[in-house]
Amino acid sequence: MNEILFKYLLRISDSGLILAQRISAWTGHGPFLEEDLALTNIALDLFGRSRSLLDYAGKLEGKGRSEDDLAFFRNERHFYNHLICEQPNGDYAQTMLRQAFVDAYELLLYTELSKSKDTTLAAIAAKSVKEITYHKRHSFSWVKRFGNGTEESFTRLQNAFHEIWPYTGDMFEPIEGEAELVKNGFVPDLQKIKADWEKEIKNLLQESNITLPENVYMHSGSAKALHSEHLGFILAEMQSLPRAYPDAKW
Amino acid sequence: MGWLHEIPDPEIPVISIVELGVIRDLHFNDTTLEVTITPTYSGCPAMKQMEDDVIKKLHEKGFDKVKINTVYDPAWTTDWLNEAARLKLQNYGIAPPEGTKDKSALLGEPKSVTCPRCKSKQSEMVSQFGSTACKALYKCKDCLEVFDYFKCI
Repeated sequence: MNEILFKYLLRISDSGLILAQRISAWTGHGPFLEEDLALTNIALDLFGRSRSLLDYAGKLEGKGRSEDDLAFFRNERHFYNHLICEQPNGDYAQTMLRQAFVDAYELLLYTELSKSKDTTLAAIAAKSVKEITYHKRHSFSWVKRFGNGTEESFTRLQNAFHEIWPYTGDMFEPIEGEAELVKNGFVPDLQKIKADWEKEIKNLLQESNITLPENVYMHSGSAKALHSEHLGFILAEMQSLPRAYPDAKW
Repeated sequence: MGWLHEIPDPEIPVISIVELGVIRDLHFNDTTLEVTITPTYSGCPAMKQMEDDVIKKLHEKGFDKVKINTVYDPAWTTDWLNEAARLKLQNYGIAPPEGTKDKSALLGEPKSVTCPRCKSKQSEMVSQFGSTACKALYKCKDCLEVFDYFKCI
């Protein structure tokens, strides 16, 4: 069971870590100062949460791996982040729509995780819920603004939707053995989360004038650590310093 | 605990880390002095600074063995800031949090925050995210000053 929980912790912490790395790329490039600060703040929350989760995962594994070891010395095929988190930032509409999809998902997931029988996971999740509430309010308001703004902003949101939507299904793919964690009250059933998520996102898209298409092909694979071509490049950049100087200390 | 009162918050030096509410417990485990702290925000970069400051202060006071334990439960809340700390924040130019009981913060409705300079209640939110993880940016509609607001969590 610990082995499955370890992998589950990697799945949720990697998702936060990779998305944080992605949105950090906006630092100094935001459309205006307040948005630059907003994204940096959100990235910090995600990094912080992933640190706590990776630290716990390392202890659970019991092989003496620290949070840094897990973040910097694993390869693509050992990362379990959702595909949506590694997709390119695109323009601001794409970054915000991706964020809205993830924020809605995380708020539902972490609210459930805060009731986990694993008390450490529950405590980290309870803390995260407070932070995600702010993230979601921010991303949702931007999506609505793009959808109801100008023809240009709407077109950008529509294009972003076509780019990102096929990666949303992957968030609901369980890892091998996850059913056992669900059965024992450690983690929630993703199918239940999916129903609530779809309801919320349908409302958001409707308010933003985006029509939800049917029968879209959904990418998947991250539950088995199979990724799109983007993850390798993200890791190459993120891990370069500790790999070049393995003994470097902050 | 008294000595820890001397350690200012690295980002908001007018209040101490004890007033901020991050120091949850102090006790001896054999000969090691264990300090239990809880983070404000998961990714707050000031947490490391606070840990280092606590260790340094206690070393100065003659405790050689000091250990920091981080706990997440119960999660830190702005409700732990006492009246004195709120007043200090306000005098420093940061609007203090207006209580987590105000659910409008969670529902996304605009709410009025008192301007720490002219005390006007006519203010508007500029950004939910401010200069540090714990703050939002507001603007006073009367004196037109932009100010930090300590977010409720």
